Amino acid sequence: MPEILVYAEVQKGEIKKGAFEITSKAKALGGQVSACIIGKDVEGLAGELGKYGADKIYVVDGPEFENYLTEPYVQALAHVAGLVNPSIIFISASAQGKDLTPALAARLKVGSISDCVDLSMEGDKVIAKRPMFAGKAYATVEALGNPQVLSIRPNSFGVEEIAGAGDVEKVDVSLDTSKIKAVVKSVEVTESEEPDQTEAEIIVAGGRGMDNGENFKLLEELAHAFGPTATVGASRAAVDAGWIEHGYQIGQTGKTVSPNLYIAAGISGAIQHLAGMNTSKVIVAINKDPEAPIFSKADYGVVGDLFEIIPKLTEEIKKIKGQ
Amino acid sequence: MNSVVCVKQVPDTETLIKLNADGTGIETAGIKWIMNPFDEYAVEEAVRQKEKSGGAVTLVCLGPDQALDAIRSGLAMGADTAVHINDAEFAAKADPYATAVALAAAIKDLEYDAIFCGKQAVDDDAGQVASILGELLDLPVITIVIKFELSDDGKTAIVTREIEGGHAVIEVPLPAIFTAQKGLNEPRYASLPQIMKAKKKPVTVKTVADLGVSAEPMTVIKGMELPPERQAGKMIEGADAAAKAAALAKALHEEAEVI
Ligand SMILES: Cc1cc2nc3c(=O)[nH]c(=O)nc-3n(C[C@H](O)[C@H](O)[C@H](O)COP(=O)(O)OP(=O)(O)OC[C@H]3O[C@@H](n4cnc5c(N)ncnc54)[C@H](O)[C@@H]3O)c2cc1C
Ligand SMILES: Cc1cc2nc3c(=O)[nH]c(=O)nc-3n(C[C@H](O)[C@H](O)[C@H](O)COP(=O)(O)OP(=O)(O)OC[C@H]3O[C@@H](n4cnc5c(N)ncnc54)[C@H](O)[C@@H]3O)c2cc1C
Repeated sequence: MPEILVYAEVQKGEIKKGAFEITSKAKALGGQVSACIIGKDVEGLAGELGKYGADKIYVVDGPEFENYLTEPYVQALAHVAGLVNPSIIFISASAQGKDLTPALAARLKVGSISDCVDLSMEGDKVIAKRPMFAGKAYATVEALGNPQVLSIRPNSFGVEEIAGAGDVEKVDVSLDTSKIKAVVKSVEVTESEEPDQTEAEIIVAGGRGMDNGENFKLLEELAHAFGPTATVGASRAAVDAGWIEHGYQIGQTGKTVSPNLYIAAGISGAIQHLAGMNTSKVIVAINKDPEAPIFSKADYGVVGDLFEIIPKLTEEIKKIKGQ
Repeated sequence: MNSVVCVKQVPDTETLIKLNADGTGIETAGIKWIMNPFDEYAVEEAVRQKEKSGGAVTLVCLGPDQALDAIRSGLAMGADTAVHINDAEFAAKADPYATAVALAAAIKDLEYDAIFCGKQAVDDDAGQVASILGELLDLPVITIVIKFELSDDGKTAIVTREIEGGHAVIEVPLPAIFTAQKGLNEPRYASLPQIMKAKKKPVTVKTVADLGVSAEPMTVIKGMELPPERQAGKMIEGADAAAKAAALAKALHEEAEVI
């Protein structure tokens, strides 16, 4: 039975959904599952991981972990890996996870596999499937070192309730401060309750057809009607026009997403945009040009003016949701 | 400030990806190659810092003969010199770790205060090389940088990096490694005279053996596949916008069951 260590990321005082996804997946793969959480005042959260398959949960808690910084987190997680001696390590490929994974692997002197979307076991080794070229191709990859270190794309696996033993143990990590050269001066996070695009279940994206930044309010209202798992996205044309921040850009040089529902409004469907969203489960295109390439990839196409259709759609969704 | 910039040559983002005959990689015939888009931001930042405070910019690239085009593009943007690790055999089996080992060996003999990389290479999308470089060279790595400022004494960088839902400002003593995200700057277009000048700038070619390193990949690609082609679905009809919106909402709710 493989010994799997899962890093459970905490954000805004909660364990992230991606962490539960990889914990229950680790259990489902037949592993002995340990989890590690790092942060300030996070000890109270640890027990919850037991519900999703963690047999043991290591807590690294202290003021020095209040804000994420690569080096102290790498040291803490490497320390816990030293205690657990896992053959496999999973980290959710969130913004933080993407920074942490290759740095941790390099510290452990092994390679890592980025942004895996599917996993299977061959004996005690995990084999991963990962997108390349922003999803225009997939590679089946094996990490040869021990432990195998993998980051797992959010939304690739469901959160399953599978009980693990759930024993919590607090770990003291004495940091080698000589290696911590960077300092976090400030952190600014918007108060919005919206999920990150990579984790959202529904994305309402707008392109050049939105005409200006103000009009993105229409998309926000629609996302809001869908509920708290929905958020807004954008094409590069909209971002480059300055209508919306780059963090919203979907595509080969933006975020790669696979929500349950992707609505593209006023987006033509350029290859770089499609690369970032073509693994969405259901794609809806709203475009006034019936020849727009996006229609050839859409499960549902609506030819028409988005400024007329989006507000009506918002009303309809509110009706369905009983708002 | 002296900078090193790691540049990779990748297929143009317009490329339709096809697999090679044995399904272990992509068909490269007919592909147009470009500098990795994120590396353009990296080169631009290094050149801007040079223009502000002096110093030199050295490019380091691991890749085959044709990668020289990407190097020339970077030189045309204003970089001064380049090291081309041209080792087809090594490059063909290099994973991110092996790539970083080769780059680190080339960089270690250069003079630098900052190393700039792209946030990720848009072909393999690993986003790993800079972090591994940091470990190999024992330097701090700040990823996903959207703003870079040098302190007055030139010894410290104050950078803004993207985090989930916001930004963090990080201060780090140099030397350090940074990965460039879109938004860091607006890369320039090289003018014709600059392109001509770039052809004369010195490019040192090295093999991995010249660098005195060898590295076995730590990951192996067992096979590749293309995702299933998405088929065009249904067009939603209706007399007006309201009717179309109602029909769409119904289909999403009752047929696709996504709401
Ligand atoms: C290196 C590189 C990387 C790139 N990376 C990305 C990336 O990551 N993401 C990305 O998105 N793009 C990327 N691009 C850009 C890409 O090639 C396209 O230019 C871009 O996606 C076009 O955005 P768009 O569809 O919003 O605009 P357009 O192509 O201009 O399409 C606008 C659409 O809106 C429709 N429209 C207009 N008004 C209305 C209305 N009132 N109602 C309904 N429909 C309307 C039009 O019919 C049209 O189809 C990249 C390009 C390069 C070169
Ligand atoms: C046999 C084989 C196995 C492989 N296995 C894997 C695997 O398991 N996982 C995986 O992710 N990829 C794998 N690859 C892909 C290949 O390893 C990558 O091209 C390379 O290692 C760097 O990763 P990347 O291009 O994604 O770089 P990233 O880490 O995404 O690149 C970030 C930045 O690093 C710099 N950089 C990257 N490469 C170079 C370069 N060649 N020269 C100069 N600067 C560079 C650039 O600044 C770039 O913007 C494999 C390839 C082969 C042939």
